[in-house]
Amino acid sequence: MEQISNVQNRKGSYKPIVTKPISAEEITKREYKYGFVTDIESEKAPKSLNEDIVRFISKKKGEPEWLLEWRLKSYRYWLENFEKDSEPTWANLSYPKIDFQDICYYSAPKKKKTLNSLDEVDPEILRTYEKLGISLNEQKTLSGVAVDAVFDSVSIGTTFKKELAKAGVIFCPISEAVQKYPDLVQKYLGSVVPYTDNFYATLNSAVFSDGSFVYIPKNVECPLELSTYFRINEADTGQFERTLIIADKGSKVSYLEGCTAPMRDKNQLHAAVVELIALDDAQIKYSTVQNWYPGNSEGKGGIYNFVTKRGKCKGKNSKISWTQLETGSAITWKYPSCILQGDNSVGEFYSVAVTNGMQQADTGTKMIHIGKNTSSTIISKGISAGNSRNTYRGLVRVQPTADNARNYSQCDSLLIGGSCGASTVPYIEAKNRSSNIEHEATTSKISEDQLYYCMQRGMSEEDAISIIVNGFCKEVLKELPMEFAIEAKALLSVSLQGAIG
Amino acid sequence: MLQVKNISCKIGDKEILKGLSLNINPGEVHAIMGPNGTGKSTLSHLLAGKSGYEITSGEILFEENNLLEQSIDERAKAGLFLGFQYPIEIPGVSCMNFLKAAVNTVRKSHGKNEMDSLEFLKKVRQEAKKLDLDDSMLKRSVNQGFSGGEKKRFEVLQMSLLEPKLAILDETDSGLDIDSLKNIGEAINLLRSPERSFLIITHYQRLLNHIKPDVIHILNGGRIVSSGGFEMVEKLELEGYRAFGIDQDVEVD
Repeated sequence: MEQISNVQNRKGSYKPIVTKPISAEEITKREYKYGFVTDIESEKAPKSLNEDIVRFISKKKGEPEWLLEWRLKSYRYWLENFEKDSEPTWANLSYPKIDFQDICYYSAPKKKKTLNSLDEVDPEILRTYEKLGISLNEQKTLSGVAVDAVFDSVSIGTTFKKELAKAGVIFCPISEAVQKYPDLVQKYLGSVVPYTDNFYATLNSAVFSDGSFVYIPKNVECPLELSTYFRINEADTGQFERTLIIADKGSKVSYLEGCTAPMRDKNQLHAAVVELIALDDAQIKYSTVQNWYPGNSEGKGGIYNFVTKRGKCKGKNSKISWTQLETGSAITWKYPSCILQGDNSVGEFYSVAVTNGMQQADTGTKMIHIGKNTSSTIISKGISAGNSRNTYRGLVRVQPTADNARNYSQCDSLLIGGSCGASTVPYIEAKNRSSNIEHEATTSKISEDQLYYCMQRGMSEEDAISIIVNGFCKEVLKELPMEFAIEAKALLSVSLQGAIG
Repeated sequence: MLQVKNISCKIGDKEILKGLSLNINPGEVHAIMGPNGTGKSTLSHLLAGKSGYEITSGEILFEENNLLEQSIDERAKAGLFLGFQYPIEIPGVSCMNFLKAAVNTVRKSHGKNEMDSLEFLKKVRQEAKKLDLDDSMLKRSVNQGFSGGEKKRFEVLQMSLLEPKLAILDETDSGLDIDSLKNIGEAINLLRSPERSFLIITHYQRLLNHIKPDVIHILNGGRIVSSGGFEMVEKLELEGYRAFGIDQDVEVD
């Protein structure tokens, strides 16, 4: 995020638009149905952060020397920045200072030996995923989605491994990839998000525990949708996963990511890093449905979601597309970005961010145009209800080399009730005269007339809000893969339950 | 079916309806005419349940139930339909999705199954054709970019699909060309039945010529000042509201 942090923070002013009076009690009705805790034995590192913890994690994973060195370099860099007090503060977010020593950086479900198949996974964990609606049992999975499930700090199982192997696709926990494909990992890890990138990415580089690794070979179209499901279970545990996806020349992959966590009174930190690399003519589509526990109506508890996601269109004619539906987390700080390095490469960002209650979101994207004839599209839909804050922050940068770069940005905000706020903070830097950048922004509210009209046709107030919000988000929702689109619609309705009194 | 008993209401400090009474039996078609600003639209919104009106006296019974205690959607589910004078735009929501959501909600409240997509599509197309509405319109966002005539025809389409017990049509005929008017008049006539009643609010004779209501009311100063048969419409067109002791020029939109 350094590009953005260098620019002075222009906080948008809040102009809440009043539709009708709404009391705090009425917003509390929202339900978080994933808030249960799974009772399993786990192996944890003591709460604290120092070089020993970094070495402990690396040793647990049996990592090679170069990776330990990289982690330590990252940790030292982080410490330097921590001592300089250089935690990013430019976002339109407010939260108490995080005590980084009061977090457990490693927690793994206890197991006796290495897992060879899903049959050896603790049945309690499998039941958890079943409760979440994710079947890890390959026979039962009909939809043809390969799932990697990450429970606290470790990946507990990947489905459809054999079928993927037939196509030459590698889809496995990143800790496994470090062992089996060290050359690929070493070549690309940190190549898009260097360990020096930003405060939380640096922290992640030092203590990341697991995550998914994907490699799609040349000219292969991945036969299945790939999916990772992240679950934080342990209390006082941070989740620091690292995902690395490499699409080799002419390949194509669609990747889905989902997240939930139990309801806990204390805030939990989630600081992930996702790196995507698309070589010549490759395409990566990355979709997220983020539903971390958002905290209660008074703003107690919930996940701090401080995530760095970035893709590099390294080769010519490559394409990276981010689609996200952000409904959870107490705080979201997230800017999935594209570096458009290859000529004719394409970057896309489709986002719906919903905040309700006391949630805060500062999210958007960065499109960095470097290659010739690169183009990017940004469609962002922010929905604020309750007492929440929702900020779109985006950067479009056209480097001098990027002849004929094009960008189209559209940022729409929808306000529900009179106590929420929405801001749009676009940064545009064009250093090439031939570039063409368009930016549109609107702020609207669900009008009483719209609700009246829908309700006169028999819909309840909540159904009316739901249909209006779904209409508002349509351009983004249609970008989600089928399996996710239905879940996304349902999630939108749940997130906005009780949003209007 | 509908009994409005001596109802008075105000918006803010302004009194709009002043002791209005109206009785509509099943199968009857009533028309309300009257100068602008006399409370015609207020009456329709009051019946539908729009917020912002303070009722100072009187009561309204719809099918023997106290209408004023019911929420907007409860009234709709009970079979009360309002064709809006100014239909509302809902960006991103296709007409088809909107219709489906409305029809299925109402069906569900009556203990009926949701209609399956194919069956529903067939039904919608059939009703749309009667109104000379093109299929392509069903894919567009609700009322967005619609011409005045399209908006009104879409209102009537919703009415046809929702099959209400009482349909209130608030100036559904204003802003329509001759052909649209004929379409809409015919669509309304097709829906007439011994169980269904209509309350038609209008300024003009034109639509009424197609529909031939059973009872005509003249509304002025927040109450009904005169009621009678279809002959009143002709008198009104010839002599204006003065014929009914209203000392005011008829305002035309």
